Amino acid sequence: MIIRSVILQSATRLLVPLLVLLSVAALLRGHNAPGGGFVGGLIAAAAVVLQAYSCGSPSARRLLVLDPRTYLGIGLLVAIISGLWAPLLHGQPVFTGVWGTFAVPAVGELKIGTPVTFDIGVYLTVLGVVASMALELLED
Amino acid sequence: MLAPAVCRLAGRATGYLLAAVVGVTAVYFAAQVPVIAQGQTLRQAIAWVPELGVSLSFSLDGLSLLFALLVTGVGLFIVLYASSYLQDDALLGRFYAYLMGFMASMLGLVLADNILTLFIFWELTSVTSYLLIGFDHKDAKARKAALQALVVTGSGGLALLAGLVLLQLASGTGELSSMLASGFTASGSELYTPIVVLVLIGAFTKSAQIPFHFWLPGAMTAPSPVSAYLHSSTMVKAGVYLLARLTPILGGGSGGPQGWTITLSVVGGLTMLWGAFVASRQTHFKRVLAYSTVSSLGMMVMLIGAVSAAPVAGAAAATAAGLATYILAHACFKGALFMVAGAVDHAVHLKDVEQVGGLGRVMPFTAAAAVTATISMMGVPPLLGFAAKEQVLVTMLAGGPGSMLGAVLVVAAAVASVLTVLLALLVGLKPFIGPLMSTSEPPHEGPVRLWLGPVALGVAGLVAGIAPWLFAEPIVRAAAAAVAGVPRGELAAMPVDLSLGHLLHLGPALYISLGAIAAGVGLFVLRARWRAITAPLDKLDWLTAERAYEAIFHGGVLGLASLSTRIFQNGSLRVYIRIVMLAVLASAGLALAGSGGAFLGRDLLGDVKADTTMIEGVLVSLIIAGAVAATLVGSRLAAIVAVGLVGYCIALLFVVFGAPDVAMTQFAVETLSVIILLLVVFRLPRFNGKSSRPARIFDAGIAIGVGVLMTGLVLAAQSNLAAQPISHFFAERSLTEGYGRNVVNVILVDFRALDTMGEITVLGIAAVGIWTLLRIRPTRSGEISATARRAGTGPGAGHDSGTAAAEDGKDGVPS
Repeated sequence: MIIRSVILQSATRLLVPLLVLLSVAALLRGHNAPGGGFVGGLIAAAAVVLQAYSCGSPSARRLLVLDPRTYLGIGLLVAIISGLWAPLLHGQPVFTGVWGTFAVPAVGELKIGTPVTFDIGVYLTVLGVVASMALELLED
Repeated sequence: MLAPAVCRLAGRATGYLLAAVVGVTAVYFAAQVPVIAQGQTLRQAIAWVPELGVSLSFSLDGLSLLFALLVTGVGLFIVLYASSYLQDDALLGRFYAYLMGFMASMLGLVLADNILTLFIFWELTSVTSYLLIGFDHKDAKARKAALQALVVTGSGGLALLAGLVLLQLASGTGELSSMLASGFTASGSELYTPIVVLVLIGAFTKSAQIPFHFWLPGAMTAPSPVSAYLHSSTMVKAGVYLLARLTPILGGGSGGPQGWTITLSVVGGLTMLWGAFVASRQTHFKRVLAYSTVSSLGMMVMLIGAVSAAPVAGAAAATAAGLATYILAHACFKGALFMVAGAVDHAVHLKDVEQVGGLGRVMPFTAAAAVTATISMMGVPPLLGFAAKEQVLVTMLAGGPGSMLGAVLVVAAAVASVLTVLLALLVGLKPFIGPLMSTSEPPHEGPVRLWLGPVALGVAGLVAGIAPWLFAEPIVRAAAAAVAGVPRGELAAMPVDLSLGHLLHLGPALYISLGAIAAGVGLFVLRARWRAITAPLDKLDWLTAERAYEAIFHGGVLGLASLSTRIFQNGSLRVYIRIVMLAVLASAGLALAGSGGAFLGRDLLGDVKADTTMIEGVLVSLIIAGAVAATLVGSRLAAIVAVGLVGYCIALLFVVFGAPDVAMTQFAVETLSVIILLLVVFRLPRFNGKSSRPARIFDAGIAIGVGVLMTGLVLAAQSNLAAQPISHFFAERSLTEGYGRNVVNVILVDFRALDTMGEITVLGIAAVGIWTLLRIRPTRSGEISATARRAGTGPGAGHDSGTAAAEDGKDGVPS
């Protein structure tokens, strides 16, 4: 099912990259400002759905590169690893946050911790779930 | 768990690689023998859920060491054996994964110090053994046996969990080592009886004691390496391990409570006799071995009972030493015989003992191993089996004749050992002597890996019998000390002497032993007569719990499940929603009514009027309008739009009340759910009218009820501010402990990360479910397609159905 509209297609070409950027921004700033993995994943999924509506689901699948279910799996894996990081390497209870600071050239100091990676897992899972549902429904 | 991948990469070398891993572990444990034999205990702990007193703690003492050595030592040869036995199986990689998973859980079980950790590993062994028994998942019999084993041991596991939780309550600690160190005995507690009953149910189901023994012979449908490993030397001994481990706590050391001793002795004794008897009537290789294993497990349980019955500490230690020796000897000879049975089956493709003969000349190594194991099982010197049997008989005679029970048990042990001699000869000697039977293809010796295990175990039994001081005595001494609760200082003084010179002196024990061997050989010669005479007793085995299991499981549980499915899940979404809402109304409504309606006393309207702004008013009116419109409009599309309006307005309300996070999420969720709902609507058949008038009135009633309930709940929650709200805690700690300024996000990914983990897992499962449902197409007859029916028919079936569904999907791509 494709909505054949030049206006929508042109808008999509602009909007999809913006939405993807927005979703990543929401994900990364989520720890200190409104946002987070869940809403980030939803925005990314919205971008995929928009692409699918205007240019067809094959093009949406190309946008995703991987099968949406792969995102789901990777997301869950990342989340679990973040949760098990502390007990396995630091002898602390499961899901204890572990933080580290890394110096990144040209950016400055980057503070990263398992809650952030956990949020990335949430992001990927949500993206995978919604995108796989929507694309599957669109295609049949 | 990475074994399938490794298998694909390493091909045939996988077996050696995994064996090397297991071998290194075994060497590590063997290296601990001198330390543990001094009475030391190694301990390692990781906090897991400290709030519940659950920690991932492990400790290695004598008893754990004995079992750890069995698990890794026998495991090493099993891996090699399996790599040859199953080398042509396409799913060998999967088999390795199951096997290594089982091995890890078994090690965890015997090393666990925290009782809940122990329980988790206990359950893991049940699950992995289910996968292993049902490995041949295309065979309905294997699947049934696997399920039976899982249900029996799993329900026992539930009882065990309850028992262990009670034990933790009674003792105030979850660590076995602390319980043992403080000399805690549960017999003083009022929870003692429930604890013992529940723990015993768990142990008896796992270790196949009467009346739960029936699953073990059934489980023999597993591949031979599995039978040899799980059902002779490791998993079935988990129950024995547990009982031995808890003896100082529940049995109260020497002179402990009568009930414990009597139950263990009677159940163990009965199992021992019945198992040996049924085994003597079988001719199928693995069934003989299975029932004789049941018998041996019975003997172990009986001995554990005897440890507590011993009048003085010295006697208890001696009995425990007999038990430990027997466990060691049994693992050696029974593991070897199981592998021999597999090798014979492999060579001649015959499973009936009576049909096989004369293999000694063509399979010399296997035969040598089998005969060594047989001699050990018979209890002939100089093998370890002899030492074990003598030790057992000597201590039983020493402590026994005083009481009726003791005398009965000695007789039972004697009878069982007569039958055991028969069984040993039947499995270990019969196939290798006499004229060579004719087969279609000439039998031949299997590859090295197939006979290395039995030979190694046979040699181990022989060395341990001739030179016990080498490794058998230190292990047995340390293990016995742990069972009998001997303090560390007195360990060296314990009377453990397994040397032949010590045991080979004439006495009643030796007479019984020799008599049993003679009688057993006689019985072996006359076994056809014996089977004929005892044929009528065969029916008794069917009176045991297997019938009850069938009745409860198939008649009861499955019947109830299909009944409830018919009533509650008849496929109509309206009915689902009705039932869910009614259930919520009934349960929460009753609770709310029970609270006395304290919230009703407030001046509700006054509160509302005081601080409502115009924009809030507008939004609320829009929400109400949307909700009403959704119920009135005549098309699905319009209803979805109306519900979407409600959602957006709620999101705006969040904005007004200063919750940007929630608002953002709500907006995104609303947008996507409207889109997805629209997609669903396009797939539905035409909207064919509404339900009948009475049904609509009924539904309206439910809807209003739920609305009133939710309002009531919110008001009750608002007015019930007796306790400090938790939000302050989160707000304060968010930046200091979670390093984030966004409180909502910190709660989600840090404070409540486990909840979030659960939620995204549910999301993932739902997505997979939706994906599967969308791939199922109704065929013309209204039946679901074969693809769907094949899903979930047994272990590993999921994989196949997934592939099939994918192929199906490829065909079904719209043109």
